[in-house]
Parts: sequence; structure tokens; C-alpha cells
Amino acid sequence: MQKVYTKIESIVGNVVTVRAEGVSNGDLALVGNSYANVIKLDKDLVSLLVFAGAQGVSTTDQVRFLGKPMQVSYSDNLLGRIFTGSGVPRDNGPALTENMIPIGGPSVNPSMRIVPKNLIRTGIPMIDVFNTLVESQKLPIFSVSGEPYNELLARIAMQAEVDIIILGGMGLKYDDYLFFKDTLERSGSLSRTIMFIHTAADPIVECTLVPDMSLAVAERFALDGKKVLVLLTDMTNFADAQKETAITMEQVPSNRGYPGDLYSCLASRYEKAVDFEGAGSVTILAVTTMPGDDVTHPVPDNTGYITEGQYYLKNGRIEPFGSLSRLKQNVNKDTRDDHRALMDAMIKLYSAFKESLEKKSMGFLMSEWDEKLLKYGDLFEKEMMDLSVNISLEKALDLGWEILADCFEPNETGLKTDLIKKRWPKELSVAEEK
Amino acid sequence: MDKIKGYVTGVNGNMVSVKVEGSITKNEVGFIYVGDTTLKGEVIRVNGDIASMQIYEMTNGIKVGDVAEFTGEMMSVQLGPGLLTQVFDGLQNPLPDLAEKCGFFLQRGVYLDPIPNRDWDFTPCVKVGDKVRPGDAIGSVPEGLFEHKIMVPFGLRDKQWTVKKIVDAGKYNVRSTVAVIEDEKGNSKELTMVFSWPIKKAITCYDKRLRPDEPLVTKVRCIDTFLPVAKGGTFCTPGPFGAGKTVLQHMEAKNSEVDIVIVAACGERAGEVVEVLKEFPELTDPRTGRSLMERTVIICNTSSMPVAAREASVYTAVTLAEYYRQMGLDVLLLADSTSRWAQAMREMSGRLEEIPGEEAFPAYLESVIAAFYERAGKVRLRNGKVASVTIGGTVSPAGGNFEEPVTQATLKVVGAFHGLSRERSDARKYPAIHPLESWSKYTGIVDMDLVNKARAILFRSNEVNQMMKVVGEEGTSSEDYIIYQKGEFLDAVYLQQNSFDPIDAAVSPERQIKTFDVLYDILMTDFDIEEKKDIRSFFNQLRQEYLDWNNTVWGSSEFEAQERRLIDFYKSKARG
Repeated sequence: MQKVYTKIESIVGNVVTVRAEGVSNGDLALVGNSYANVIKLDKDLVSLLVFAGAQGVSTTDQVRFLGKPMQVSYSDNLLGRIFTGSGVPRDNGPALTENMIPIGGPSVNPSMRIVPKNLIRTGIPMIDVFNTLVESQKLPIFSVSGEPYNELLARIAMQAEVDIIILGGMGLKYDDYLFFKDTLERSGSLSRTIMFIHTAADPIVECTLVPDMSLAVAERFALDGKKVLVLLTDMTNFADAQKETAITMEQVPSNRGYPGDLYSCLASRYEKAVDFEGAGSVTILAVTTMPGDDVTHPVPDNTGYITEGQYYLKNGRIEPFGSLSRLKQNVNKDTRDDHRALMDAMIKLYSAFKESLEKKSMGFLMSEWDEKLLKYGDLFEKEMMDLSVNISLEKALDLGWEILADCFEPNETGLKTDLIKKRWPKELSVAEEK
Repeated sequence: MDKIKGYVTGVNGNMVSVKVEGSITKNEVGFIYVGDTTLKGEVIRVNGDIASMQIYEMTNGIKVGDVAEFTGEMMSVQLGPGLLTQVFDGLQNPLPDLAEKCGFFLQRGVYLDPIPNRDWDFTPCVKVGDKVRPGDAIGSVPEGLFEHKIMVPFGLRDKQWTVKKIVDAGKYNVRSTVAVIEDEKGNSKELTMVFSWPIKKAITCYDKRLRPDEPLVTKVRCIDTFLPVAKGGTFCTPGPFGAGKTVLQHMEAKNSEVDIVIVAACGERAGEVVEVLKEFPELTDPRTGRSLMERTVIICNTSSMPVAAREASVYTAVTLAEYYRQMGLDVLLLADSTSRWAQAMREMSGRLEEIPGEEAFPAYLESVIAAFYERAGKVRLRNGKVASVTIGGTVSPAGGNFEEPVTQATLKVVGAFHGLSRERSDARKYPAIHPLESWSKYTGIVDMDLVNKARAILFRSNEVNQMMKVVGEEGTSSEDYIIYQKGEFLDAVYLQQNSFDPIDAAVSPERQIKTFDVLYDILMTDFDIEEKKDIRSFFNQLRQEYLDWNNTVWGSSEFEAQERRLIDFYKSKARG
């Protein structure tokens, strides 16, 4: 029996309190017409977080408790659909109510995890060659506002070799939402994509639900044997929404106003990335914008401690320095024999290029070696780092050799002799042969 | 005795208020019945008849009016044979067994017996009529590599007890009675191989605490020679993310010369625990030739597991460490990371609406951290044996800034500080321990006077380097430039160590003493080279020779040959 309560005691921010009995923590309720979540019980005083925001809620509104926690429908019918943060269709399709599953479920038993071993190809050399994305990895893209991170995500969504893509948008600009929708539609990837979108104009509480909804669905698809890639943009908005709620609830803030449990909050989401033995996997790529390009800001800082590396997006390129995929060692030994060596050599030379560039800007004289490095750096940035470059890993490695051969003599690259003999694309001069 | 009951009056995150009918003890464990599951929790505050409990699980579904039941006991762990090689969560739930029962996910409210139900070969070491005290052994069972002592429970009154009955040697189940003891008042007590102990109470059934003066060899050159750790001492490893804290701890766990290693993965990535889980059973312990796992216990409460259990996990780990110390063993506890543990305290403190201290950490943060590290120590047991618990904790300071409260509170109480730096890890200089900012109060395997002289050169070298950034190479004198090169040389050949190289990954103390001698001689030698170009190429060559030496097998003929070459090479340029 659903009992209706009509006496709302208080409305503060997006939290309303009502006197009611027999209510479970975490249960779903309807306040007027909008959903709400039980977040605190104190004797018969129940605090509810209203998803659509408490704006316009009247003290005489009806409150009904549904006797179940927040759930999301799970079936193949989800594919190609777009929902809001609370699971209401955003497209013109029907609402889905079959096979409801709870969100924010328990964590995976660490002893059931396996060491990740498959790479995910994206067609982006800076990822595939230099910081390989690995199945079941959790990686943030650290970026400043204004960088093309959504374009990057959309490209990965189109190209990544996975079965299902789940896009969780938090605080997206409406334009960006349309951009994602159009891009995926045009490329024909929409049919394997599920979107949970919260735009900047939507109620802030829905923003906090997006990762849980996306990951609950992803987890189920993975258990059913699918390779799932979850793209989240942008986790800083998620953290800010958590901050807003925490402050309304009068929680003591810890760092720059963020709640003390920010780390646990982010970790419980990111740790959903997993490879199930004998089934599928969940891989998470999440954009984290760094306010003021400050990596010590609480959101990127806590994220860095949780995730397995990070991609730095700067000036429209994935920076080779600072970017790190902690799991790349697990996979890049089995791709091609020259992968690791070439990766290291090219990065070392690029780092030398940066030094030469600095010297040049300070007005020092450029040696012949410096000139070579400058040429190399330009080529590297144009042909490899540019985000529009779209080639397979093998082609990218070949291209790497060509760039090296264009700029340097074999012995200047620091590569091993046997590799050079095998891969150097130009005729080796007689002297070199010896 | 009837169990004290109560019912739920409020829920706020993982804190539940319970109205108690009867008496209640702070820190006692209670259960809340939610539908058909029971959730474990601990009383952390009592106010009138309202007890605030922190629940070790997710609190979804708890209703006002749900029944609670209290056990009258503090949060405890089970101590007995069969703990080694296991993987527990923060509440000592065996995770592989849990996986067998519940599948991929950690189902809440399932609590399994941490001590495997099996038979052991018991050999008594007391006879009827003997007097024993808590912590004294009454017998032993062979557990892997060790004689696992079966002891009189530490929790009994610290009086003389008389052995009334003791079984003969033979196979007994771990939970069957092996002895009966009686105190002077005639209270008798049946003993099995298992007993429990509250995790937040230190075990003190020893004769005397000793000063930690014996080095604990980790086979990391930078630590053993320059920043040593002592058996029974404490050390901390703060560092920003990506600086290699966990890799360094895994190296210490693998190579340290101790009997038992307890790894507490507290609030960190699950993937890193998996690496240990998959890697350790494959590795052999050079000391015993057996699998590394046989001397290891893993306590793992990773970041997505419930926060309150994370708070308990470090105590669970240290209690197990103290238990094995009581058997006369040297135990190393590695906690990664104590910041997550402090954050768990902060979350609870916030829910209790306590007045916050710096960065919202509770005001008691420092005293709690100090009390935890103080549980390390070298002790003389009543049977005269010396044993130790050494604690090493990583700290994950927000923004890599060591000024934050957890790092500062930790630095006050530890004996060695191994600070990791982002600069060094970015430059791929591993282990990324900053040689100038770090310190240790213990004495290592090499004469500390010589070490300090070597360190002084490192300081000078750093100064020259700073100066050179302003005046350039050309404005630096040859003497200064040589000092700069000596510092760089020391860093490259001694402080840095390749953890992936089979030879360089673990360096024995004998080898460290030998190679440090040569290194020291090089640092103190006056070289007769004038041109900067020549100085640079001399040190490049010297570095190459020394690194080649590092890569030869200790004691082999190549080792000696390379040593000769190295010495001949640098002596040729020595002045006078």
C-alpha cells in the first residue's frame, strides 16, 4: 500500500523533509510529480533529495514513497536511446520499465578481478602508440575548459573497437549534446550507443545520477559478455553537483568547499571499471576539466589517485608528457616488436626537441643537431599529435619510422641496431651496414 | 546472558542512530537486521540512550524501527593458525571464500570465518601443572614455514594460570579444545587454537620494549644506505599520484629481510591488489626458496569498498602483525595508503557533526595517527626472544603538497621519511625518493659518517646546479663543475635502481657495503681534469663503467673484473 503524505516540513535547496513512517534509507519517492531519493532519516523526519529540484514544490504537495530504490531498465531496447539523468527518455521513444535493476550496486570482489590484457584500438596515434588504452582501464582526460575534449570523446566513441558505448553527459551544453547526437547518428554508431544526458539547464540533482545510471547499465551488459566503453563528460560537473548537495545538507566542507567524501564518491564510480573473467568488461574514459589548468584542484587531484593514469589534453593535442597509461605495459609488448622501443625513442627525441625549442626562444645559437630536432618536432606534432590524424596502430608505427628516417641518421635515434636493420625505411648506407 | 537490543531511530549516510534498551559500551559491535540481511557496525558515540553506530556496509534499505542487537564485544579479529597466504577485507572476511559464495560482487551482510576449518599437527610444549600467563605458548603447529605458536589468549586476566589438562601431540581441529587452564580462584578456561582480540587495543604481552637499533634490510640501495629503516621502527612514504609509492612498497614487500609481511591496501585501487595477488604466488622468497605468498597476508579494503571498514582495515592489519610478533618473528606491515584511512575518519567525524580541524579532518587526527604508529616496536618476549613489528605507511597528500595535515601528523611520529617527488618520477629517476628532503633517524648498514659526507656532496652538487642555471656552464669553475658531476654520478649509479632488472632490483647488504666503499672513494678523490668537455666525458664513461658493474652478478668473476676496470679507470685521472 502506498501511503500519501501531504505535510512537507521544510524545503531547503533541493532537499525537502516530511514526517513519515516505515521509510527505508535510499528509497525512491514522488514529490508532486518529480522523483526524489531518501537521503537521511531522523526519527520520523525523512529528508528527500528532489531530482527535478525543489523549485515550485509547495508544502501541500503530495509525497508518495515507492518502497524501492532508484532503478534503471536494462535490456537491448536501451541501445540507440537517449535518457535524462533520472532515466526518462529524452528522445521521443517510449519509457522503458521492464527488467528494472538497482543503480549504485555493490563493488566487485578484488579477488575476482583479473590482470587486464587486451588493448582497445582508437585510431588515435597518441593513444594507441604512446599511451595505450586497455580494456577495463579507468582513465580521465584532464583538460582545460575550451579544449576539444567532447570532439575527442565523440571520435573515440565512433572508432573504438567495443560492442557498446555508453555516454554519460553531465552539465553538457545543449550544443554539445546535439553535437554528440549528430556525430554518432552520422557515423552510424548510434545503434550501439546509449546516452544518459544531463544538460546544464537540467536540474542539478540529475547530474549526480548520470554516472550511476550509466555504470549500472554498463555492468549488466558486461556481465552478459559485452565489451562496454563508458564515456563520461564532465566529472568536474558531477563533483560540483555533489558539492552543491553536500552544502545544502550542511555537511562540513573539506577542501575548497568539496565534501569530505569526494574521494570515495569518485572512487566508487571509477572502480566500476572491470574485466569479468569469462564475460565482458567495462572501460571508463572520463573528462575532468581542470579549473584554471590546476592539476592540484581537488577534483583532478583525487581523480589522479583513483584512476590508472591520465590523458592531458592541451592546445588541442594529447600531451606526451604528463599523459600516462599505467596499464600500457600489460599490452604493448604483444603488439609489434618495435612498439615499446619506438615509443621510448620518439618521446626522448621529442623531449630533446622541447629543450632545443626553449634554447631557441632564449636566443641561443642553433646547432646542426638542434635544427634536426626542430624539424623532427614539427613533423611529430603535425603527423602524430594532431587529433585529426586517424590511422591504425601499425600504420602509426610505420609513420613513426618514416618521420625518424626523414630527420635523423639511424645512430642518432638511440634505437637498437637489430630493430633499425629490420625497420629503417630508407636504404642504409654502406657505412651504416657495418 | 540476554543480548542488548535496540531499534533504529535515524540514518545519515553510513551512520545509524539506535535507541538502546540497556547498557552499552563505546566501540562495541552491533548488528542491524534489515530484511533478511544483518549489517555489522560499531558504536562510536553514546548520548543518553541513543548510540551512534558506524555501519561497515551500505546503509540502503535501513528503516526507522529496524531491530539492532549488540554483541557486548569490541570489533575483534580471530587469531589462529591459517592466516598466512590469505586475502582478507578490512573486517577479516576472506575474499576468495566470499567470491566462491557470492560471485563477482561483494554482497553485504555476509560474514565468513577467517580461520580455515581444518586439522593441524599440534605439539604441546607445556605439561599439566605448569604455570602460564596470557601470551605464553602452550604448543605449536607447523604453518607453512613457521612454527605457529598456540598461545594463551591475550585477553585473559594477566595472572598465573595453571595448566589442568593438555592434549597429546597429534592432529586436532583448529576449534577443538587442546588445553584447560585454571586461575587461583578456580575459574577454568578451555583453550582452542583460535581466540579473538579487539583490533584497537595493542597487544602488550611482552617483557620489555626495546630501542629499534637493528637495520631492516629492504635491498633498496637508497633506503638501506642513505635513509635506513630499523626493525621495530616506523617510516612513511608520502608522494603525489604517479610518483611510484605503490611500486616502491611492492618492492619492499618482495625483498625485505623479515619473516612476515602484511600488506594493507587501504582505500587504493583494486587493480594494484590484483597485481600482488597474481604476482606474489609466482615469486620465490630468496631467503627460504618458497613462494613469497607463504609469508604474506593481504588486508584489502579498496577504494570502492565501504568506508567504515576501511577505517578498521589498518587496525586489523596491525593486530595480525602483533600476533605474529608474539611468536618471536619479525613482521613488516605496509599500509597503502594512510591518507585514505584518515579520510575515512574525516567522513565519520563529519557525520557526527564534530567541530572540524584543518581541512575538515577531526581534531584527534594527530593522536590517532601517533597511536597507530606507536604499535610498531621491537620487543623482548617473556621467553627472551626478540621480535619486531615495523610499520611503513604511504601518504597521498592532496595536490602533492606535504604541508597538509595527514603528512605533517605522520612526520611527527615516524623514524624515517621517504618523500617521493614528482620531479624525479617525471625524469624517470626511480625510486623517486628525494635524497635531500628525506631523512631517517635510524642507523643503516654503512657507517653513517661516510654516508653523511656523501650526502654533503649531493647538497653541494645541487647548489652548483642551481647556480649554473643562472650563470651557465661557462661561468662555473672546474672544481664546482666536478662536484656537480659527482653529485649527478652518485644519483645515477647508486640512488637510482632499476626494479625491473633481475640483478639490480634487489641489492644485498654485503654488495651495498662493497659498492658504497668504491663510490665513496670516487666522491672523495681529487680529479685532475680541467676542460668541462673532458670532465663531462670522463664522468659519462665512469657512470657507464659503474652501471655495468651494477649489472654483474655479485661474487662472480665478471664482478671482480669490472670492479678492477672501474677502479683503474678513475685512479688514472686522480690527482697526485
